[in-house]
Order: sequence, then C-alpha cells, then structure tokens
Amino acid sequence: MRVTIASGKGGTGKTTLSVNLAAYLAKHKKDVVLADLDVEEPNSQLFIIGEEKSCTTANKMVPHWDKSECTYCGECADICNFNAIVALSDEIIIYPQLCHSCYACSELCPTNSLPMQSERIGEIKLFESKGFDLIEGRLDLGQEMAVGLIAQTIDFIDKGYEDSLKLFDAPPGTSCPVIEATKKSDLVLLVTEPTPFGLNDLTLAVETMKVLGKKMGVIINRYGIGDDAVEAYCKAEHIPIVAKIKNDKAVAECYARGELVYEQIEHFKASIEQIANFIEDYR
Amino acid sequence: MREIVVISGKGGTGKTSLSASFAYLEGQNAITADCDVDAANMHILLDADFSNRQDFFSGEVAYIDSDKCIDCGKCKTVCRFDAILLKENRHTIDRISCEGCGYCARVCPSGAITMHKQKAGDIFVSNIKNGATMVHAKLGFAAENSGKLVAKVKQEAKMLALKEDREFVITDGSPGIGCPVISSLSGANLVVLVTEATVSGLHDLKRVVELLKTFSLQAVCIINKYDLNKEMNKMIEEYLSTQDIEVIARLGYDETFAHALIEAKPIVEYSAQSQLSVTIKESWEKIKTKIRNQK
Repeated sequence: MRVTIASGKGGTGKTTLSVNLAAYLAKHKKDVVLADLDVEEPNSQLFIIGEEKSCTTANKMVPHWDKSECTYCGECADICNFNAIVALSDEIIIYPQLCHSCYACSELCPTNSLPMQSERIGEIKLFESKGFDLIEGRLDLGQEMAVGLIAQTIDFIDKGYEDSLKLFDAPPGTSCPVIEATKKSDLVLLVTEPTPFGLNDLTLAVETMKVLGKKMGVIINRYGIGDDAVEAYCKAEHIPIVAKIKNDKAVAECYARGELVYEQIEHFKASIEQIANFIEDYR
Repeated sequence: MREIVVISGKGGTGKTSLSASFAYLEGQNAITADCDVDAANMHILLDADFSNRQDFFSGEVAYIDSDKCIDCGKCKTVCRFDAILLKENRHTIDRISCEGCGYCARVCPSGAITMHKQKAGDIFVSNIKNGATMVHAKLGFAAENSGKLVAKVKQEAKMLALKEDREFVITDGSPGIGCPVISSLSGANLVVLVTEATVSGLHDLKRVVELLKTFSLQAVCIINKYDLNKEMNKMIEEYLSTQDIEVIARLGYDETFAHALIEAKPIVEYSAQSQLSVTIKESWEKIKTKIRNQK
C-alpha cells in the first residue's frame, strides 16, 4: 500500500508527520519504508538517526548532437515541442534543462544524428534508520525537472520494498511534482492548518486529488490557532478528518532541533496513533 | 522599476505574510506579483478583487479521434510517458500523464491524433485594498507548466509597473529550488530570503543560496522564529556571514502571524503598532535603501 502525505501549502508539517509516523510504525514492528519525494528540498533525513547505505546517481536521457552525418535539415527543432533544440545553418544547439526526454527528435532524425545519452539530474540515497529505511530523492541545483527524479525514486522503492507500507513525503503545491508523487498512491493524507491560507491551499489540493480520483484524509496541524472553516469544509466535502494536532510551541521547538516529536510529546503521539490506525483500517 | 523577489526554499516560513506587508506598506508605488501559482494566497491578505481575468494557455495535449484510429498501437510504442491507454482494444489518451511532446501525433499512420492547446490556468490583474494593483494566477487543477505561468505573471507585473511608472515590483515566490523558483528569480534586482531557525530552515536556505550564486543575484535575509532555537539561529547567522548575505531582521516566534491571517490582514495592518510591525517596517526600509543604492 502507498500513502502520500501532501499539503498544498508549504510548512504545514508534512515532513514532521511523515518521519514521526514512519518511526512510530517501525517501533510497533510494522514493515514500513519512507520516501522523501520533496526532491527540491529533501528534509526527512535531518530528522532520522541513521546511516547512509547507498547513493545512486539519477539520470535523465537527453539528445546529444553527433555532427558527422547531420544535414542540418532542422527537423529536430521543428519536432521538439519544448523549445529545447535550436537548429542553425551550421550548428544544432540543445538545452538539456528544457528536454522532457520524449525521444521524438532522436528517433525521427533522418540521419540518426541525435543519439540519446544519460545526463545527471540528482541522486537517490538510501538511509537505514531504527527499524525502517528512508529513500531520498535529491535534485541537483539548477535542475528544473523534479518530476523525472520523483518517478525514479518511486521506481527504486517499488523494486526493493514490494510488501512494505510505503509512505511518501510529497513536495508542497498542486502542480506536476505533487501529481507525480500521488498518482500511483492508494491514499492521500493532506496536512493543513486552520487558517485562511491553509483552507485555500487545502481546497486546491482536494480539487487536484479529485481529478486524480484519490481517496483522501485530512490532518489539521496547529489545531486551535485559527478558526473552524477547515473543519466545516471537510464536513461539506465528506472528507474524513484523521487527526487534529494541537497547536503547541513545544512541537515547533522539538522540530527546530531536528528531533522526533512523538517520543517527547504525549498529545502528538496520540495523534500519530490515530493516523496509524486510520491507515491500518484503510488497508 | 526594480524587482524584489521574496523566496525561502522551505515552505511556511512566512514569505507571503511578509511580502503582503511590504506591498501594503508601499501602496501605489509598487505592483505586487504572486508567483506562488501552485498555492496562491496573497490575494487573501490584500483583498484582491479579481477584476480582470485572462486565460493562460500552455503546452499541448494529444487527442485521438476514435473514428480515424485503426488501433495499430504505434502511438503506444513511442510514448515515453505511459499516456496511451488501451481499454477493450481501443486506444485513448491519459490527459494527466500526457506531456504534450506530440511524438504520437507524428507517427500515427491514420492521422487520428491531433495536438490541442491546453488551458493551464487563469491570470488576474486585481485592485487591492490599499488602492494598488496586484497580478496573480490560478493554476488549473492537475495542470502543468507552473514555471511558464510564473514567467507570465512576472512579465505582466513588470509591464504594468513600467506603464504606470511604479518604482517597485514585489514578487512573492514559491518554495523549492526547481522550475517555478528559477522562473520567479529571473531578472530580480534583489532577493529577500525568509528562513526560520530550524534544521530544515538552514538546510533549505543553503540550497537556495547556492542556486542564487548560479544567477549572481544579490540577497538579504530575514530570520523568522529566530528564538525557536538559539543554536540553530547562530548557525544560520554564521552561514549567512560567510556568504556575505546581510540579516536585515530577526523576528521572534509570534502567533500574530496566524492571528493576522485569520483576519485576512497583512501583519502591518492587523497590528500596526506592535513591535513585530515596527521590525517589518524597518526591514522594508532597509530593502528599499539597499536597492536604491545599487548601481
């Protein structure tokens, strides 16, 4: 089973929940693996005590110009829908950052002058923590295509952890990286806060998940700091509220130090328990 | 016209609350742009009226005409995105997986596949509560190309600023370091980094600072929740000093951020006389001085 923890708005507590939930489940002898799919800013590893076991380079395939047979016909630039190729009368220029690796230019080139070659975009790391593994995707700086690396990180997990409960810590937002991190999941837990920002972004996330046809649950973090509009919205939309995590500066302080919260704060542990039970019931 | 871009790496550090405060303070001397198009929020604090809307088209999506399709499966063999579905021996497009490369349309022997422009969102030019103008957007649900939408919002804001002779464009960026962030940084005159005194805050700040170096952009930093962890704050300050990035403000952990949000007001409007607002005003003055002194 795959569960994605997502949010719309950034900074609502996705990573805190993902890491604490994984650690809690592992402590209760559950077979669980955590994936940090926030490849632009992967943070989960800061909160686990563990050792890096492996690091694999993640690549994407991009065309490389082989000028020996090129007739400069310009077909490649015409084919590319992403403006990643400029064809001049004496040179073909490729912008790898813009390339979506569709292979069209390479395979349709009449002289096979654009063979596909791999180019590094980031890395996938495996950390071994107490009772569970963390797989982290980390995008290289200046790379724009988070989606490809997210897909590869998920593939890595699918191969190595077939029977495990897979927890995916998603990036914030509602666009392509989030969709990649959720589209193959069985359940999406949306973390929000009871403020107008939280509600606005939750609405966007819910609408996106509806398009994808996903089952959802909502976790309200910093409960008590705001109003009850988020609860009213969930009720109207018939989305279950899985847990309400009390607003507590002590949680923020614990997080600031990079420590596991559930081991130290009782009400937080109770909320993690509720989330674990919800996932268990769902299975 | 000079552009100030507020970004953070990590989400939820207070970017939008601060950007909205700056916009509120500067009034009609600035055009505001909300470039966090994935999860746009600034319109809530500034009471945008959504008065002017235009469609944003970006990218294409493939469409199979079932009358012309001979179900040869050629499209499925070339698609690298698993976007061609085969149900009961008939081929259709999974619109969400389709990247719009057009490879399938080019190889289809019966001309059954055509590429269609996609509406990816809406762009708004709004009047806001202090009489100023704001440009913002809404990305379509499950749509792509947020980087291009960011570029469009920025372009619109800059054109307005030039046309109406405004001194500043205040841009609220998105979290992360990927395509929408890179897009929101292009052409910035000064970057304001908003971080927090947590392990994640420092980690994400470092990645954003490295990104800024590749664009040679000048930056200043505001540390939010600096008192959450003194040790972390010290590490952030030390790191920033090695990078020659000035800390222009330190804000304590303060639930006023949330309370102002509930009232849908920028902090400087919600509690104009508070110490927090005074610090925010001072930091905005510092930002303006810095940018006016640029060569």
